Amino acid sequence: MKSSSDSFDVAIIGAGVSGANIARKLSAYELDVALLEKEVDVAFGTSKANSGIVHGGFHHNRKHLMARLEIQGNLMFDRLKAELDFPFERCGIVVAALHEDEMRAIEQLYMQGVDNGVIGIEMCSRERILELEPKLGPDTMGGLYAPGGGIVEPYRFVFSLVENAVKNGVSLMTKFCVESAFREGEVWTVRSADGRTIRARWVVNAAGLFADDVSKVFGAEDFEIKARKGEYYLLDRLTKAKPNRVVFPVPTSVSKGMLIIPTAEGTVLIGPTATGVIDKEDVATTRLELDTILKSARTMIPSILETDVITSFAGLRPVLGEDFYIDTSKKVAGFVQVAGIQSPGLTASPAIGEYVKEILKKDGLRLVEKADWDPFDHKVPRVKDLSPFELDELVKKEPSYGEIVCRCERVSEAEIVEAIKRGHDTLDGIKYFTRAQMGRCQGGFCTYKILKILMRETGMSYDEITKRGGTSAILRSEL
Amino acid sequence: MKELKFDAVVLGGGAAGMAAALELVSRGRSCAIIEREEQLGGILVQCIHNGFGLIEFNEELSGPEFAERFEEKVAKTGIVALCSTTVVEMEVEGEEKVLYCVSSARGVERIRSKVVVLAMGCRERNRGNIRIPGSRPSGVYTAGLAQRLVNIEGYVPGKDIVIIGSGDIGLIMARRMSWIGCKVHAVVEILPYPSGLTRNIVQCLHDFDIPLYLSHLTTDIYGRDRVEGVEITPIENGALMSEKSFKIPCDTVLLSVGLVPENELSKKAGVEINSMTNGPWVDSTLMTNVPGVFACGNVLHVHDLVDYVVEEARRAGAFAAEWLGGKKPGKELRVKAGSNVRYVAPSKVDATREGNKLYLRTLVVKNEAILEVKLDNRVVRTIKKGHVQPSEMIMLSLGKAELEAVAGPDPVLEISIH
Repeated sequence: MKSSSDSFDVAIIGAGVSGANIARKLSAYELDVALLEKEVDVAFGTSKANSGIVHGGFHHNRKHLMARLEIQGNLMFDRLKAELDFPFERCGIVVAALHEDEMRAIEQLYMQGVDNGVIGIEMCSRERILELEPKLGPDTMGGLYAPGGGIVEPYRFVFSLVENAVKNGVSLMTKFCVESAFREGEVWTVRSADGRTIRARWVVNAAGLFADDVSKVFGAEDFEIKARKGEYYLLDRLTKAKPNRVVFPVPTSVSKGMLIIPTAEGTVLIGPTATGVIDKEDVATTRLELDTILKSARTMIPSILETDVITSFAGLRPVLGEDFYIDTSKKVAGFVQVAGIQSPGLTASPAIGEYVKEILKKDGLRLVEKADWDPFDHKVPRVKDLSPFELDELVKKEPSYGEIVCRCERVSEAEIVEAIKRGHDTLDGIKYFTRAQMGRCQGGFCTYKILKILMRETGMSYDEITKRGGTSAILRSEL
Repeated sequence: MKELKFDAVVLGGGAAGMAAALELVSRGRSCAIIEREEQLGGILVQCIHNGFGLIEFNEELSGPEFAERFEEKVAKTGIVALCSTTVVEMEVEGEEKVLYCVSSARGVERIRSKVVVLAMGCRERNRGNIRIPGSRPSGVYTAGLAQRLVNIEGYVPGKDIVIIGSGDIGLIMARRMSWIGCKVHAVVEILPYPSGLTRNIVQCLHDFDIPLYLSHLTTDIYGRDRVEGVEITPIENGALMSEKSFKIPCDTVLLSVGLVPENELSKKAGVEINSMTNGPWVDSTLMTNVPGVFACGNVLHVHDLVDYVVEEARRAGAFAAEWLGGKKPGKELRVKAGSNVRYVAPSKVDATREGNKLYLRTLVVKNEAILEVKLDNRVVRTIKKGHVQPSEMIMLSLGKAELEAVAGPDPVLEISIH
């Protein structure tokens, strides 16, 4: 039991996909766990802007921790989906080779995949790969197929994990930007920029791009996280270029290349680029890189049209050397580093949760399973997934499911209200939870409706509503 | 599930939808309008400026006034107006169209009809559609959203404004934002000529000393949480002059970069779309490739004036009523967009009928232009035009005199501008 409201067994810094998986894993034990997030909502960093791929396990050598966690993490997604109901589909991955040279690289990937124990991986002739993916261009020579790869909506995954962790007793604190920390006896005291203080026996550093800063605050290892930007284009769900599976090019030494991804919610994503940037908050897109994406994607699927583009965005990978860095600190006690979680971090994240739990256990954290742990998240009906008959039944029970707020992604008022009730009270939070504003009009029609619902449900005044916290207010004054 | 049946169902209760429905009921057909917003009127409701109705009513009205005149007429007829109702599915079962519609008040209803008139209008193109790079701060709105926020909701989205694109809504909003005390620093247009109507350039920009940067591309939107400014770059002889880029600080960016007909529902029902207009291909009776499905207004092609929209919609309603009565077009000729013409709608004319109305847009800006109509390579009509530009729609009426002397199995009517 909690001794006081601000004392915890474990405090996790960062509510991205790593922190969320760790929190949810620890929520199964008799522990007081705090999940600290500097942003206004969870998944607002690297976890919201990435490819959303559950990787196939053939890109990395088993000697790396990242490869082992990737393979293990991949296999954990089906159960997580059954428990937490987030969009995930094991649609499979193909790697397309466009020259004879690339076929040799494909063979290497295949051997690595076989060595990694990837189930069902196969080398494909030109005929086979075009059968799997008829939209590939005429230059395709052949390729690789990994049926176990898949796609996931990364923010929804994090939302579900955190939701479930909170349901099982984890304390989520948003806008908690760690500023200072000290250790007294067996306990860390952690202070946020706004003056809030918590205490914890163990601290897990899952601060993503800022894991280096956090490590320094705790007097732990000195390392530097570098940001590598990836830019993307999002294509309309009605594009004729939508593939059946995730389409990869043959990877380079720096990245897995630019992909074509049929997202779990029906749109298509192309990208990412890979450019080192100094500013860890620089998620601006650039003309040159965006042109590169279209060109590169078209070498694989020529039918991609510029008019299919709905929006562009960029995300930052937290890069620290070749591998993940997940270990107890060798400099300070009660501190676990979870740093450098770049691709395939999303895939590996469920296994990272498990791995960190084991580290904490070895370090002396006593784990007693909760008798009443509830692994299930209650399902939110999504109007766009219902047949007219199912929708009719639902509207009879709750009329606001019949009030369509977002026409492009078909999101009802009830879903917006549910998002707000779950704490997503910014326009971006509502977008990631419901998909409203995420479709082809990009909020042109529904933004004003969402603003009104937000004011009604939260009691916020017009000038308190933001896009994603901070000074990102939407409205300046009243007329 | 409740089931309803009508001769015709009109999708969309804006100007086009109301005009088409009125025409259908005046010809003795039962008709419903399905409208997703709470009230009829469509986008007119937020267009509180005047300039509407000069052709239709011979007087200058505001958008809401124009809409109200039609709403009053609709209320006096037997038209069933289902507002706050969204169509979730449209299926075609032989002659019959089946629509599933949802509303909070009535749940899902199945509506059967022989005719469906598409009148859903259009949406604004957004930042992603025109690929403006940069950060993703708050403060970037389409001009129509800003218009809604200011005119209906009563909120001011920002103080220092840059408008990207010189479409009519952007121009109207430049004036509107100036009136409410905001500073509009610039209107930036990629093309060498404005996209909006000349009268709007004069009344909304010149009268307020708002600079219009023609042949300028917006190359960056910057600012972390909220917009802090835009970078614009001149285009000279088709090349981007990066060294001449400059920044305009602002806290708000409004986009007026074109409109796209909203045909997602049409596509799902098998309606074929013309990629030049983003609207359905229609024959001489404004009927799409799906028999019994007609289209009019901005869902067919984007119009300049609502007056033209209602004129076209009335004809769609009349043709739909005639189709219900079993009347088929006579001898149809294919219409082709020739030199310097972006598109012509509809894509067929009826050689046996008077008053085939054609709407077209030019690809070029030209003084002393000649509009040339050729039938199987024979000039059947030429019209002198003092000035043509892409933003001004051109109308043309053709009858038996031009169309009757048809030879060959697949006669083509070609329209060009020289």
